[in-house]
Amino acid sequence: MNFDFTEEEKQFRQEVEDFAKTELPADWDEKALYWPAGYGTLPGLEKEFKEFHDELLLKLGRKGWLTIGWPEEYGGMNSMIKHAIFDDVMSYHRAPGGDVSNAIAGPTILLVGSDDLKKEWLPRIGRGELRFWLGYSEPNAGSDLASIKTRAVDNGDEFILNGQKIWSSGAHIADYAWVLAKTDPDAPRYAGETLMIVDNKSPGITIRPIENICGICSFNEVFFDDVRVPKKNIVGEVNKGFYCVMMALLYERLFVGIGAFRRVLDELVEFAKETEHNGQPLAKDPLTRDKLAAMAIEIEILYGFYWKTAWLMDKGQVPVLEASVLKLFGTELGRKLAGAAMEILGMYGQLKRGSKWAPLRGLVSLGYMDSVSGPIGAGTSEVQRGIIATRGLGLPRK
Amino acid sequence: MDFDLSEEQKLLKQSAHDFLSKECPRELVRRIEAGDEEFPPALWKKMAGLGWMGLVIPEEYGGSGGSFLDLVMLFEEIGYKICPGPLFSSVVFGSLPILMAGSREQKKEFLPGIARGEITVTMALTEPSASYDPSSIHVKATARGDEYTLSGTKLFVPYATGADYLLCVAKTGEKKRPEKCISIFIVKNKIPGITITSLTTLAGDRQCEVVFDDVTVANTGILGTRDKGWPIVEAILENASLVSCAEMIGGAQAVMDMSLQYARERTQFNRPIGSFQVIQNYFADMWTDINAARYLLHKAAWKISEGIDAGMDVAMAKSRTGEAYRRVTTLGHQIFGGIGFTKEHDMHLFHERSITGDLNLGQGAFHRERVARRLGL
Ligand SMILES: Cc1cc2nc3c(=O)[nH]c(=O)nc-3n(C[C@H](O)[C@H](O)[C@H](O)COP(=O)(O)OP(=O)(O)OC[C@H]3O[C@@H](n4cnc5c(N)ncnc54)[C@H](O)[C@@H]3O)c2cc1C
Repeated sequence: MNFDFTEEEKQFRQEVEDFAKTELPADWDEKALYWPAGYGTLPGLEKEFKEFHDELLLKLGRKGWLTIGWPEEYGGMNSMIKHAIFDDVMSYHRAPGGDVSNAIAGPTILLVGSDDLKKEWLPRIGRGELRFWLGYSEPNAGSDLASIKTRAVDNGDEFILNGQKIWSSGAHIADYAWVLAKTDPDAPRYAGETLMIVDNKSPGITIRPIENICGICSFNEVFFDDVRVPKKNIVGEVNKGFYCVMMALLYERLFVGIGAFRRVLDELVEFAKETEHNGQPLAKDPLTRDKLAAMAIEIEILYGFYWKTAWLMDKGQVPVLEASVLKLFGTELGRKLAGAAMEILGMYGQLKRGSKWAPLRGLVSLGYMDSVSGPIGAGTSEVQRGIIATRGLGLPRK
Repeated sequence: MDFDLSEEQKLLKQSAHDFLSKECPRELVRRIEAGDEEFPPALWKKMAGLGWMGLVIPEEYGGSGGSFLDLVMLFEEIGYKICPGPLFSSVVFGSLPILMAGSREQKKEFLPGIARGEITVTMALTEPSASYDPSSIHVKATARGDEYTLSGTKLFVPYATGADYLLCVAKTGEKKRPEKCISIFIVKNKIPGITITSLTTLAGDRQCEVVFDDVTVANTGILGTRDKGWPIVEAILENASLVSCAEMIGGAQAVMDMSLQYARERTQFNRPIGSFQVIQNYFADMWTDINAARYLLHKAAWKISEGIDAGMDVAMAKSRTGEAYRRVTTLGHQIFGGIGFTKEHDMHLFHERSITGDLNLGQGAFHRERVARRLGL
């Protein structure tokens, strides 16, 4: 056993740290209020940050940091641990690191894509030139993704797409959609869906933003009305879309914004030290101490699951169990941390961004709202527990 | 990063598992717990033959020079098989303090005997206040010429009845900072003035009250240096907490494995109860709880093995593990239904140990306070 990083990994962490310090705007800490493991406050999804984010992605691309986990032949560093270090540092600064394009689209294309597909998309993704949004969920297909209704009909060298997606995070700022559509409505469950890349500028696409409970338009409903999708944009094989989706889920699950947990803890510890309450520093209050210590312990555990998942991936394993536990534990911890933070801030916790009285720049009031989203998005907690028990521990489904 | 065990550690675990499956069946555990039988000397000898008592004792003192992490691996198996007996106390409360603080003579005198299983040692630390704070040490050692006399009461002393020696933690002065005047004495057990009474405890684990009434000890019996005992106690408490975590995690794993098997076999409403989502959720939470604690344990033990300060990690591990073990056994009970509430079933053995494991060596809140201090609060 060894819980230390190699010298090279430590150096890499420092390099990312330096990058974050020089490349993030001076007022970034004021602006970015991302809550760990939330899906509603990701700065990369906010319109206000689009220009900055586009530029940042290009810079990250030049550094080769959008493809850290990819094999070397595709410009990667072949290290999920390094990728995890990168995300740890960037999320500590609440900075956008990667997004759907390099976390989901890239790895999926690597795993199931044809050579042509790889040639066309991987270099552009690696350079940070384009952004994807994830078109899985529909009004009547959330946890039960197999019941999607969006239909792609074969029409020679293209598919014609009709239907509706919802909760499409970032569709309003992205360039392409990563869409799962029905190609064979008569096939058995999980055998009639196909994954495809759809240009956001295609005629027939309508994107309507939806405001989330944090007051941010992070997601959308998207309508496809006779949208033409060239066949070369099919990812993997026709009617094998479900399989492709499953392959990439593991990668997505590393994205719990792990550094932001650490950051919140640091900020709360500072707050407790600086704040007088009942004539003494809050840091002396036994209940506050207990809450902060409990959070520190849970966060350390989350790191355990995080490094272990990355380490297993580097060993070439498919850590279904660990990755689901990471997602479940991380998003649930996001809620616990928000609750603990509110209790520590007391009445001040309710003050929003912009109020001169708001501690931590209003982060906690926003985070408390966003912490709802983690255990729902990207496979609910109930779905994760089911995966852990059946696929992980082998319990019977019936 | 490397989450894997070494080949030696895997072998150690596997051989301990096989050995205990054969030599320490639940029947024996029950008889010992009920007080019908003491820990069998023949089994103790075999364990010594496997090198368990000398696992972390250096070769020059008759041990095999293993690491603390190795010890933790062994105790996960001990805990899995809920193997009772003085192994924990003799290794953790006997050999480790002598190793840490003893003079060369003391090491030579005691360690080879401990490693061979011929001498057992335990530590008389806690007192009726049941606290791990230096201010709670009231047993007094009074100097008289080149001797000391010890007086006072120790409580929750593990395996004192069978031990050959007691490491008695006593006050050797009165100072404003009590941790500056605490010494550890190596006392031959059962000499005049020592009275030992067994406590009846939930897990029948041979904890004792030990009363010292003007017990005479030569000043050569001080372990290490006079007045410098508390840092050793602190270090031993950290080690003991982790070994206890290892036992608890082993136990929790056993509960989960037993429950998993049952959930696959037991049918109600014409289907295995393990196919019910609520039961599946229990398992997801058990797995998470166990492996969360296991990570904290392994990381802390690795740090100790590497000589890195592990204060924060130990506190995290102990606070999380005791509570996790309790949650896991409670869920296990729920899964077994009525049958698990019978004395005949094994679940209660784990339920008892989960709560005593949490209570001893500092509960969750105690260790969270230690974490808080280290966070700079
Ligand atoms: C902030 C946010 C961002 C998102 N971004 C995207 C995105 O970019 N792209 C995208 O495609 N989707 C996105 N989603 C959608 C997300 O994946 C779905 O919300 C999620 O899969 C749940 O689906 P649902 O909302 O339809 O709820 P349902 O599936 O209707 O679930 C409702 C409740 O029923 C429970 N439930 C359902 N089935 C079972 C079962 N078999 N057993 C037990 N309980 C069950 C669920 O766990 C949940 O508690 C996002 C969601 C959020 C909140």
